[in-house]
Amino acid sequence: MINSSGQVIKVGIAQMDVAKLPNTIRTSGLGSCVGVILYDESKKIAGLIHVMLPDSSLGRSETINVAKFADTGILGMIDLLKLEGVQKFKLKAKIAGGAQMFQFSSDKDSMRIGPRNVEAVKSELKRQGIPLIAEDTGGNSGRTIEFNPATSTLHIRTVNQGVSEI
Amino acid sequence: MTFNQKITSLHLDVLKEIGNIGAAHAATALSNLLGKKIDMRVPKVEMVSFNDMMELAGGSENVVVGIFLRIEGDAEGSMFFILPIEQANRFIRRLIYDESFDFKKPPVSELGLSAMQEMGNILSGSYLSALSDFTNLKIYPTVPGLSVDMFGAIISIGLIELSHVSDNVIVINTSIFEDGVEDHETVRGHFFLLPDPDSFDAIFKALGVS
Repeated sequence: MINSSGQVIKVGIAQMDVAKLPNTIRTSGLGSCVGVILYDESKKIAGLIHVMLPDSSLGRSETINVAKFADTGILGMIDLLKLEGVQKFKLKAKIAGGAQMFQFSSDKDSMRIGPRNVEAVKSELKRQGIPLIAEDTGGNSGRTIEFNPATSTLHIRTVNQGVSEI
Repeated sequence: MTFNQKITSLHLDVLKEIGNIGAAHAATALSNLLGKKIDMRVPKVEMVSFNDMMELAGGSENVVVGIFLRIEGDAEGSMFFILPIEQANRFIRRLIYDESFDFKKPPVSELGLSAMQEMGNILSGSYLSALSDFTNLKIYPTVPGLSVDMFGAIISIGLIELSHVSDNVIVINTSIFEDGVEDHETVRGHFFLLPDPDSFDAIFKALGVS
């Protein structure tokens, strides 16, 4: 998607990672999940979280994978970026995903998990005082996203609408 | 004991049998529908990580035709019928006698879409009624939804329930392929049955292995 001399760091579902110049960072096949990018423009460094669920209180296992939830994922990423020398007040965010892949009637809450994930990510960003610069959320298409810390651009590819940048 | 530790190899064998019965019926229904021999492989029952799940149908970005429905009742879960685009095109062209039909070129015809929906209905219905007869569990499928999109985006909705308790998923995966197609050794389509965590007890109890 992006031509650069760097590597592409790949992030799987319910995982997170950090990329520095000249590398880019990417996650593929986002459906109801939300890809959250936290980045520092001046340091050219970015973290990507592939969030699956809105709230860690939904977890019913003894140990939790912090990257799976909007609340713990964003907090965990802030800590990771701090270890890289990033100051929290410099962080900005871009997000994409939260689609509703299937349209049908079911009472189950999990069927509208996409919009709930987006809401949860936004409220956690607000709580942490991180400005949301751009978003491409909702709809009913899957997305593959790649962030380039050099330009702070988020590239978004869908199956039917081609490539866009935010 | 964690959710993952509760599942023994006996349990996995029982789940495999469930996959066998359900998918065999669905494959027969598909053969009848298309007037063509459809073969299936013995289902694989695996506990895989979410990220390995993404590889089971060619990677999370691979564009597929996906039919998804929820199973409700005594045992709950998610069921998917996943076809590569080319395979889905072949099936639908055969069903509606329209050689120009192509899922890759939206907007696709309403007739083709509803044929695909109907195929989903028939297959899931035969899969689940076989399952229900075998286990004596009352299970009801919702009306299937259809999506042509990246596999990762489609399958992730089926991981939501399990993701509350685990980072792994037990997947009952049956591959189907079309007889007489040149590279028929290549796996063509998949039925994925993903029981919700709370449903395993009901299934095992119904089959006397609790």
